[in-house]
Amino acid sequence: MTTGANSENNLPENVTIDPTQNSTSSSLATALQRVNAGWITSTNLTFGETTLTVPREHIVSLCSHLKTAPDAQFDFLADICGADRGVEEEPRFEVNYHLFSTTKHHRLRLKVVLTEEDAHVPTVTGVWRTANWHERETFDLFGIIFNGHPDLRRILLPDDWQGHALRKDFPLRGYEPYSLK
Amino acid sequence: MSSAVNIPPQFEVVDRPLDTQMTISMGPQHPSTHGVLRLELVLDGEMVVKATPDIGYLHTGMEKLFEYKKYQQGIVITDRMDYLNPLGNNLAYVMAVEKLLELEIPERAQTIRVLTCELQRIASHLVWLGTHALDIGAMTVFFYCFREREKILNLIEAASGGRLTPSYFRIGGLMMDLPAGFERRVQQFQDGFLKSVDEFHTLLTGNRIFQKRTQGVGYISAEDAIDWGLSGPCLRGSGVNLDIRRANPYTGYEKYDFEVPTEADCDVWARYMVRMREMKESHKIVTQALSRLRPGPVKADAPKVVLPDREAMKTHMDALIHHFLIVAEGFDVPAGEVYHPIEASKGELGVYVKSDGGPKPSRVHFRGPSFVNLSALPHMSEGCMVADIVAIIGSLDIVLGEIDR
Repeated sequence: MTTGANSENNLPENVTIDPTQNSTSSSLATALQRVNAGWITSTNLTFGETTLTVPREHIVSLCSHLKTAPDAQFDFLADICGADRGVEEEPRFEVNYHLFSTTKHHRLRLKVVLTEEDAHVPTVTGVWRTANWHERETFDLFGIIFNGHPDLRRILLPDDWQGHALRKDFPLRGYEPYSLK
Repeated sequence: MSSAVNIPPQFEVVDRPLDTQMTISMGPQHPSTHGVLRLELVLDGEMVVKATPDIGYLHTGMEKLFEYKKYQQGIVITDRMDYLNPLGNNLAYVMAVEKLLELEIPERAQTIRVLTCELQRIASHLVWLGTHALDIGAMTVFFYCFREREKILNLIEAASGGRLTPSYFRIGGLMMDLPAGFERRVQQFQDGFLKSVDEFHTLLTGNRIFQKRTQGVGYISAEDAIDWGLSGPCLRGSGVNLDIRRANPYTGYEKYDFEVPTEADCDVWARYMVRMREMKESHKIVTQALSRLRPGPVKADAPKVVLPDREAMKTHMDALIHHFLIVAEGFDVPAGEVYHPIEASKGELGVYVKSDGGPKPSRVHFRGPSFVNLSALPHMSEGCMVADIVAIIGSLDIVLGEIDR
C-alpha cells in the first residue's frame, strides 16, 4: 500500500525539521533582552538546546511575554522540574521550565536558580494551567515553594511525609519505614 | 453499647437532606480507574461538581533511584514506568543519554527502533481500546484486542527476550540484532492486522450505546487542551495537529510517510477515533520500516560506551578491557543537561537528564504524558455524570505506573 515510501526521495511533504536550533534561539535571546534587559542573566547553548537563566522575580512576566510574543509563541508548557545541585552547592536548587510552541515547533528551557534558605519562586499557574501539577510535584520532592500557587499540596508522597525525597541529603531508603498514622 | 465502638468521624452515618452535596471516594481499588487512581468526587445527585484526582499510590521513587544507578542500569527502570509502552520509555531515556554523549546511531538500529516502537504503540492502543470498551460495558472487544496484542508481545519477546519489560534499546544502539525470521513474523502480523481493526470498528464504531456514552462527553477545547498541556491523541482529539514525530523528528521519523490523524469534536469519541486511525498509521510505518531494513551494524562505534560483541571479547584484549570497565565502573557522560521529547503512545514523553560528568546521572526526570493528561481531568469532568467519569478516564489512556513513578 505504501510502495512509494521505499525510495529515499519520496518524502512526505509537510515535514518540518526541528527549528529549535541555534540561529533562531540566540536571536530570540537578544530580542528578549531588548524588551527587558533584566529578564535574562545568561544564555547557554548546548546539545542543540537553549537555556535562559532567569531571575526569579521576572519568571512570570517573561513567561507571559514568551507565550504571546509573535516570534516566540511558547503556548505549551511541556514540563517543570526541579534539580538539586548538591548540599554544598550555592545556589543549591534550580527549577527548569521546558517550553514548546505548538505552532513554531521550537523549544526553550528557562532556568531559575534558588538558594536553600530562600527556595521560593512565583508560580506560573496564571500563565499555563498545566503548571499546577508540575509545581506541586516539584514542591513535594524538593521543598521548593511556589508563591501564589492555588493548591500547593504534596502530590506523590503522603501528606504527612517528612522531608523532600529528591533532595540529595535525603537517604535513598528514607529515614524510617513509612506507616500510616 | 454504642460508646464501646469507636467510629471514625468520616464513617459516621448522617442524615442528609436531599439537596446537599456529597463527597465520595472513587478508587483506588475501582477497576475502571486503571490501577490505583483515587478520585475525590463532590456530587450533586449524580452530577459531578468537582473531581479531584489523588495520585501517588504507586510511587516508588524511580527518579531517586536513577541517581544511584549507572546510566545503562537506568534502562530497566524505564520499562516499569509506562508498562504498556516500555519500548517508548527505553527510547526516550536512551536517546537523551545519547544526546549527551553525542553518539551516531547506525541506520539499521534506528530502523529497528522505529519498527519495534510502532508495534509497541499498536499494542498500547490495543490495551487502551480493550479496557476503554470494557469500562463502558462492551466486553467482547477486550478479547479481540488482547488476541492481537498477544501477537505483538510475542514479536517483542522474540526480539528482546521480554514481553512486558523488554529493555531492548541500549545506549548506542540495540541489545542485539533481530532474530532470524523476524521480518517474516512481523509481515504475518501485518497481513492480518488491518482486518482486525475493521473488526474493532464493527464492534464499537456503529454501536449506538457506545456512541451515546462517548459523544459530547469530556469536552475540552483546543485552547484549553494546549493550556492544560495535553499531548498525543488527547490533544489531537481536540483538533490540534501536533505530533512530535513530525514537529521535532527523532530516530529517522522524518523519512516515513504517515498521516497525523486529528478529530475536531474535542470529546471522548474524538479521542477514540484518533487512536483507531493512529493504529492504521502505525501499521503503515511498520510496513515502511520493514522495507527499509538493510543489513548493517546495530551498535554505535563507541567502544567505551557500547558493550563489545562476544566474539570480539574472546579475541581482542581491548574489547575485554572495555567490557570490564563498562560493566564494573560504567562510562562517564559529559556534564550538561538535555531534555529529549518523543511521541509515546500517550503523548509527549520527555526525559530530562542532568549529568555532572560521572557514570551516574545527577538528575533524571520523566515528563509523563499520563501525568499531565490526568491533571486536566477536573476540567473535563465538571458537570458530567459519574458514569461519564469512567468514559473520560478511559479516553485519557492513563497508566498509573508513569503518573506515580
